[in-house]
Order: sequence, then C-alpha cells, then structure tokens
Amino acid sequence: MSTQIEQQETETEADEETEPEVESPGDRRRAQRNERQAQEQAQREVEEETLDDEDTITLKVFRYDPEVEGKQEPRFDDFRVPFHKGMTILDALIYARDHYDSSLTFRHSCRQAVCGSDALFVNGRQRLGCKTQISELEDPVRIEPLPHQEVVKDLVVDMEHFYDQMEAVEPYFDADETPDDKLEEQRQTRENREKVKMSTRCIWCGACMSSCNIAAGDNEYLGPAAINKAYRFAMDEREGENRKQERLRIIEQEHGVWRCQTQFSCTEVCPKDIPLTEHIQELKREAVKNNLKFW
Amino acid sequence: MSQSYNRGTVEDFGRWREFTAGMWAWIFHKFTGWVLVGYLFTHIAVLSTSVGVDPASAQAGSDLYTSTLSGLESLLIVRFLEVGLLAVAVFHILNGIRLLMVDLGVGLESQDKSFYASLLLTGAIVVASVPTFLGGKLL
Repeated sequence: MSTQIEQQETETEADEETEPEVESPGDRRRAQRNERQAQEQAQREVEEETLDDEDTITLKVFRYDPEVEGKQEPRFDDFRVPFHKGMTILDALIYARDHYDSSLTFRHSCRQAVCGSDALFVNGRQRLGCKTQISELEDPVRIEPLPHQEVVKDLVVDMEHFYDQMEAVEPYFDADETPDDKLEEQRQTRENREKVKMSTRCIWCGACMSSCNIAAGDNEYLGPAAINKAYRFAMDEREGENRKQERLRIIEQEHGVWRCQTQFSCTEVCPKDIPLTEHIQELKREAVKNNLKFW
Repeated sequence: MSQSYNRGTVEDFGRWREFTAGMWAWIFHKFTGWVLVGYLFTHIAVLSTSVGVDPASAQAGSDLYTSTLSGLESLLIVRFLEVGLLAVAVFHILNGIRLLMVDLGVGLESQDKSFYASLLLTGAIVVASVPTFLGGKLL
C-alpha cells in the first residue's frame, strides 16, 4: 500500500480496521489521519495560548552539532516550557526534548543527584540539572555546556580529561597490609570515617573542575575533584604509611595541590557540598609536614 | 563525533557572570599585588634619583630631595593617588591575613565573611585617612 509508511506513525490503526467501510480503506484512513492531525494541531494551539507568562519559563539552550550542516555554528535555541511546582532544570530540558526538538542532546540518568551526569552551566554558574529548582532561577534560564571542556554536541561535553585526572590519583582503596583471612573486614574507626565522610560524596560530575580558574589555564593541574579523591584515600588510616607516602608524592607534584590558589569556586559550585578547598588546604599542610625536617 | 567545539578561554571568561566572594578576593589580591609592585619600582626610581647630599642646601630646605617631594605633594593628583595607594596596601594586607588563615585551615567556612570584613575595614581606614592626605596645604 502506498500509505504504508505514513501510517506507521499512527497508533490507532488496529481499531480502524474493524469499522464499517464505505470508501476505500486508504481514503478513509487518510481522512481520519487528517482529522486527527487537525485536532492535535488545534489542541496544541490552545495549549500554547494558555501558556501565559506566569506558568511558563523560557529556556535558552546552547546548540551545536558538528555532524549536521547548518548546526555547526553554535547558537542558542529558545524553548517555552510549562512550569510546575518542583520542576528542575533537567525536567525542563526533558520536556523541551520530548515536546519540541528530539535532537536536543544532554546527559542524564538517575535524576536524583547521584550519577553526576547532568552538570550544566546554568545562568552563569555550574549546577547539577536535576538538583536545581527552576523557581530559584531568573527567567530566562540560560543553559550551556560546562565551560573549559570541549563540546561534543549541544550540552554534552568531553569528560575524558576529567576522568584522566581522576584516575591519575589512583582513586581506589589499596592497603599496605590486608588481613590474612580474605573475608575479614578492614574496619575503620568512627573518627577516621567522619574525617573522610564528606570527601566520599563525590559523584564525578566535573562541576568543580569546570569552575576552577586554575584548571582552565593549566591542563595538567589535577583539579579539585581528583585532589579530593586523593584526600579521601590519603586520610584513610587503614591504608598504612607506605601507601600514604606514595599518595602524597602524587599530590605534591608541580601540578598537584600547589596550583590551588584558594578561589573557593569549586567549593561554591559543588552540588554535594564537599568542602573541596578545605581538603586541598589540608593536603598542602600534610605535604609540608611530611617534608619538613628539623635535623 | 570526530570534532568537538572549543569555545576558547576568552569566550569563557566573557560568559563568567557569577563571581563569588572567594573569586573577587583572588582578583583584588592579584590586582593590588601588581599595583604594589608597580608602586615599589616608582618609589625606588623617584627616591634614588633625588638623593644628592649637599648639607648646606639641606639645611636651607632646598636640596633635591626636599624639592622633589614637596613638588610632588603640591600636585592634587598625587594626593589622590596616595589615598588610592593606601587603599590598595590596606586591602592587600588584610586579605593577606585572610589568606594566611585559609592556609592554616582556620575558619574556611567563613572565608566569604572575612573577605567582606576586609573590604569594609579597608573602606573605613581609607575614609579616615582622607583628611591627612588631602588636608595639608598644597604648596
């Protein structure tokens, strides 16, 4: 049938077959489809008219697609999205993608500030899309990909460098001595757990690295997230002295902790409220204490 | 996916709208630091070219040093620059103390408040110094 391809888009096709036929099936379906489209069109128009200013927000979203001609020049697209109480940036982006432009690309997964996929540059600041309430922001909401990372498409940035820096500090537990019995737990004191507690909260979203002025100018700088990871393990008393020395050697290199100039940008933007600057400063003091010799 | 768009550092900086206290403190500290370095060299240049020791004219108050200094003091713009220099130096000192605290790990949660405090204190000291700097008679 000639109409086959177009009809694949209709959902109620199966129901139509059972109705009595007067004209040819093709004509009837075309007529029904036109009618439905007209209805949908009318409904959409009504919806759009009822979207008054109080109930909608305007998103200005950075768009860029190197693979499509005509989209290679970065630009901003406006989306008007109906607002509801409790709506987050991510909700608004999902609405815009599902209703207006399915090619709008952004990362998201858990939607509850755990996976760290949707760090974005919203109204001039790094924020986690799923954790940022629209009601807190000024309209229009300007959404851009994270600064200081290369844009792959729309709001998606290349995180490779960030992950490289994270891996550079060997972010895994690696004790000098493990218990003889492999099943035995390696217990940590409550005080020690408290000490590293905040640093364990990192979700690898990259907001801190993107906000850091130093990391922007020095590509070799480990960055706040990686140093925080190093802190988490260097301060873990279960790992032992040898491992701690190795860890300190990594973080006290030229592009390690000493690049930090305490601008507090990372601490301000961290969606998990990790006191990053405090951890970096503590590692600086730790490195100094480690190298000071009075004999 | 072969290519990606690099927005460049200049463009990044232009889009930087939301500075927070710590960032302003860093910018001001850098700025005042460079101003003080600049002043230091001017200071050395002016003073080293105005030390000709001649006891007789020094007695009479008309030696090179005195005339250079009173010549500078007679310019209104120099009086204002002195107020500015004081502001820059005081902020750099106070913020330096703040940074010392930050390095020692003392009160990192209130680093923004200590920045605002050092700004206010700088303002107060500068205002208090205005009569001294501008009050003297322009020769």
